[in-house]
Amino acid sequence: MDPQAIQNSPVFRQLVSERARLGVGMSIVMTVAYFAYILTVAFWPRLLGHPLWSGGVMTWGVLIGVGLIAFGFLLTALYVRRANSRFDRLSQLLLEDFR
Amino acid sequence: MIARSGYAAFTATAVALASEPAAADALTSAGGARQSLNATAIVMFLGFVAVSLAITLWAARRGTNTAKDFYAAGAGLKGVQNGLAIAGDYTSAATFLGVTALVYTSGYDGMIYAIGFLVGFPMILFLIAEPLRNLGRYTFADVAAYRLSEVPVRAVAGVNTLVIVVFYLIAQLVGAGKLIQLLFGLPYIYAVGIVGVLMMVYVTVGGMLATTWVQIIKAVLLMSGSVLMSVLILGHFGFSLEALFREAVALHPKADAIMAPGGLVKDPVSAISLGLALIFGTAGLPHILMRFFTVSDAREARTSVLVATGFISVFYSLLFVLGFGAIAIVSANPQFRDASGGLLGGVNMVALHLADAVGGSLLLGFISAVAFATILAVVSGLTLAGASAASHDLYARVIRRGRASEQEEVLVSKAAAVAISVLSMGLGVLFENQNIAFMVGLVFAIAASANFPVILLSIVWPDLTTRGAVSGSLAGLLASVGLVALSPGVWTATFKLGPAPFPYDNPALVSVPLAFAVSWAVSVLDRSAAAASVRASFGAQHVRAQTGLAVE
Repeated sequence: MDPQAIQNSPVFRQLVSERARLGVGMSIVMTVAYFAYILTVAFWPRLLGHPLWSGGVMTWGVLIGVGLIAFGFLLTALYVRRANSRFDRLSQLLLEDFR
Repeated sequence: MIARSGYAAFTATAVALASEPAAADALTSAGGARQSLNATAIVMFLGFVAVSLAITLWAARRGTNTAKDFYAAGAGLKGVQNGLAIAGDYTSAATFLGVTALVYTSGYDGMIYAIGFLVGFPMILFLIAEPLRNLGRYTFADVAAYRLSEVPVRAVAGVNTLVIVVFYLIAQLVGAGKLIQLLFGLPYIYAVGIVGVLMMVYVTVGGMLATTWVQIIKAVLLMSGSVLMSVLILGHFGFSLEALFREAVALHPKADAIMAPGGLVKDPVSAISLGLALIFGTAGLPHILMRFFTVSDAREARTSVLVATGFISVFYSLLFVLGFGAIAIVSANPQFRDASGGLLGGVNMVALHLADAVGGSLLLGFISAVAFATILAVVSGLTLAGASAASHDLYARVIRRGRASEQEEVLVSKAAAVAISVLSMGLGVLFENQNIAFMVGLVFAIAASANFPVILLSIVWPDLTTRGAVSGSLAGLLASVGLVALSPGVWTATFKLGPAPFPYDNPALVSVPLAFAVSWAVSVLDRSAAAASVRASFGAQHVRAQTGLAVE
């Protein structure tokens, strides 16, 4: 198989650009979300200490913390779903073209 | 980030160490602080050892003579199995006891730390998991060596791996020794010896297959234990989280301050630095990366990350429940206090007291045995990663230049596993009473600075050259080790040399950008013929990284 020919094929280019866009995009979202949280903790800890409802002990900090953990998992699941359907189909197409 | 004292205290807790005065007293004072022998714990632990040794023999009979079997379990694991094993690698006894203890003492701050350890996992998937699986065979150095000149690249990666593995093993073994001393009343040196010998047997006899199954069983046991404890805790409070938190706030000396960030994170520079080390360090840990070679293709690699992330997310969230449960249930119970009013066995034992309080001696025995099993599984994974770097990268490729036979390579790997076990046991005994709180932070800093930039650049940047990769990696290694040596945690706290020349405990903010900058600058300036040829071969690598085509 000629790597140059594969590289020039539109399907391969599509696969590479879609994967890069999704991977880099999600990395940036995750990094921004995490550092936003850490900087909130560093500069405005009081914000996270607000109770969720008046008279309750549950704070926004607990909700946001658990939310951030869930968010990381959600992004992972979305990436896997997209990759298993779209990227694997493009790879399959590519394989058929070059066999 | 995490302010100096808080960070040190946490890492100390995280490796179940004796750096805090209270814990140190408890750990060093004689029998009084030790758990009385718990028959359930011993029976369950012996059961775990018997099952794991049976698995090791089974794995040995399946064959560990080919490199592919020994290093990568024949690359035949399912994504779910591998995901559980990755989760097992990442959830040590230190995390289980340490994070619970941190939540118990500081409340919300424990969550900040747990989140830091979680964010690295999605990053592995988004940036490197698929190309890693498509390009590598046994060690992460395979990826960088795919088109770069392999001898220098593997030499540096092999050394980085061994440094990381040995530091991580010392931290785990010292923690394990202290913990087993407390749990089972065994002398420290026997505890380290038992753990060291068992890990040596699992790895040398059973290779990756045995190590993986030990890890899977332990992960399932640890999760079952945590779920069971959480259910029992919530049962105490009518299954209302609000009631649990309300009781904890009422009993804790800091009252409602435990529901908000406290003193753990203070200055933003340290915060960002530790954040960088955690978010990119996970993607540079050799024993985690190695696991991606045990599955057959990129699709299974993705499943691995999904399962691991899900598992670890749930586990860390449960630790938060356990920590608050400990405040609400254990802190008020005089049964768990010694004469001076401190917690029996030190704060790291709080998860075990909690098990006793909610489930009696049966649950206490189970959780103690699980903690021991967890230690064994984690050190085995580390030992195997170190052994493969020593044999596959350093011996077969650098020293013998690819002329070693496969049998010879596997034999060297087994010998390396024995050597690493013996060395780390020796160092574990030597470091018994040293303050080694800095070691876990150092491991993540080296992984983020010396490994991650080179792996990422070799996958995505066509212009990376061998010289660029090697110099970037060395710059990352030297900067992270050097700055940690000059940091308050080592310079001031460990060696007592006075005020530290470098003010932050985590060097990642300096060392990670430095590694990228050096790799970039050296590659751009590299005009050699070799540089031109590796740039030209990026295309073929790119095709394989993206599609897995031509993967054996």
